[in-house]
Amino acid sequence: MAEPLTIRALRPPRAYVRLAWTWCRALAQYPTSLVLLTVFVSLGALTEMSGVLIVFGHAGELAGFGVHEGLLVYGLSATAFGCADMLMGSVERLGRHIRSGAFDTMLIRPVPTLVLLATDQFTPRRLGKVVPAAGALAVALVACDVDWTPARVLALPALLVSATALCCAVWVAGACVQFVLPEAHVAANSLTYGGQALTEYPLAVYGREVVRSVTFVVPLAFVSWQPALFLLGRPDPTGLPDALRFAPPVAAVLMCSVAALCWRAGLRRYRSTGS
Amino acid sequence: MTANHPPIVEAVGLGRDFVLREGPFLRRRKRTVSAVRDVTLSVQPGEIVGYLGPNGAGKSSTMKMLTGILTPSSGRVRVTGLEPSRERTRLASRIGVVFGQRTTLWWDLPLRDSLGLTRHMYRVPAADHARRLAELTDLLELGPFLATPVRQLSLGQRMRGDLTAALLHGPRLLVLDEPTIGLDVVSKSAIREFLLRLNAEEGTTILLTTHDLGDVERLCRRVVVIDHGRLAYDGDLPGLRASVPTPRVLVVDLAAPAPPIEVPGGRCVRVEGPRQWVELSANPASVISEVTQRHDVADLTLREPDIEHVVAALYRGAVPSRD
Repeated sequence: MAEPLTIRALRPPRAYVRLAWTWCRALAQYPTSLVLLTVFVSLGALTEMSGVLIVFGHAGELAGFGVHEGLLVYGLSATAFGCADMLMGSVERLGRHIRSGAFDTMLIRPVPTLVLLATDQFTPRRLGKVVPAAGALAVALVACDVDWTPARVLALPALLVSATALCCAVWVAGACVQFVLPEAHVAANSLTYGGQALTEYPLAVYGREVVRSVTFVVPLAFVSWQPALFLLGRPDPTGLPDALRFAPPVAAVLMCSVAALCWRAGLRRYRSTGS
Repeated sequence: MTANHPPIVEAVGLGRDFVLREGPFLRRRKRTVSAVRDVTLSVQPGEIVGYLGPNGAGKSSTMKMLTGILTPSSGRVRVTGLEPSRERTRLASRIGVVFGQRTTLWWDLPLRDSLGLTRHMYRVPAADHARRLAELTDLLELGPFLATPVRQLSLGQRMRGDLTAALLHGPRLLVLDEPTIGLDVVSKSAIREFLLRLNAEEGTTILLTTHDLGDVERLCRRVVVIDHGRLAYDGDLPGLRASVPTPRVLVVDLAAPAPPIEVPGGRCVRVEGPRQWVELSANPASVISEVTQRHDVADLTLREPDIEHVVAALYRGAVPSRD
């Protein structure tokens, strides 16, 4: 292949956009339903957000975090999980595709199978989660007393990208369990939706063991907790080294590698269905 | 085909095992089942090969190994020079695959959009795509339903759409898994004629599994029969007929009902009023002359054993496998 590496590297994302766009066009045939569903999804997101606000409103302060800092943690977590859900959420239907045989038809395409799986039934209504979350994040960033050094300004997009990549990796790795157990998406949801619920609050409220396991086992602490500590310039109340707050990109790369390995192993082990 | 072309498909000792876990939860036992064993097969460019076998014989598993969907447990396989399971994505742009039982098109999209999407996936230049789509639209008569969402197409229309999607990128090998299943006679014949034409005009190699022996008789110069995961026959259709002792049958319509005909070289196997079925074990000409001499015959037909019976006999183990 004489094509430059950059063109080849850009091919999967371009295929992703093309496929996602096609699904959007198909959905646009029913605009009312699309708008209504988007509104409902964002109502759900707003309910979750008001939950966070109510908790902080009553408690005043949790683990040294006030309502604005709490909203910052929530905003980081919900934005990252919302983006990941939009980009990769469809992978949780892997088991269903395997059973129906649709997965076989994805494997015979000259496009990475993960791209086909992730874009299957792509729907813009998941923006209904991302937009309120991003709004909350923006409000929190203004309301919190963030010392906007150039490093923090530059780090913010990197933190969001890392966090989204981490969540995507969690989603993919969770879906890979379905290569072995087709009904396992319920178990995977404990990490995906459960992970989101967990990281929406300052982790210090859960105690030391939980914080350590979501730092070193499933690195969800790097989605919202460590980035928030970095942006606010606070020491870690659970006593972990401050250097960890610079690690979100590292954690994202590691977790993506793990997810990629799971995916490859799953494909190699794939048994298809009898037909 | 000439020997200096590399084969399109080359499989040596190809096998696939499945591990089954059975029994109650705590006393589960593992059992290994071989879906495909030691299949050696070579397909030259331009061939049409029918891959036959009863349900569960390993047809689909073989096809899935050839297309890279399944990783083989043993043996080697190359398709258009690539190793399917390792180079699946590259192989995908060189072959076309159609599953008769399920569509590869996007259920909710109009057929035209679905086909446009495959153009991008296979990176076909727009001009080539337009030309080829026009050709295929003409040949497969897609015109009336190009704008219809795939979910609203009839089975025959959907099949033609799937064939188009599999052929737009001009693949060298077309793999068809039961392409005519569930279709009516007219659709079946349209698809068969189309495949013959594709093979003749573009030299596309075609590999198909089917239960429809009409497909085999019309399309396949070469037949491969698989049974219990092993190759049971690989050769041409007359050879398959000859390999199984299924005798020809003489159907005799007598002027009036009569007791069963008894002639040398013939054995009456069925009587229905004036019509009798005589199984031949000798030269038909001598039997026919004997029958017409001894009886008052209104009509005679000689029936060749149809391939369905031949294959069924082969499945029952009437012939041992060649090795």
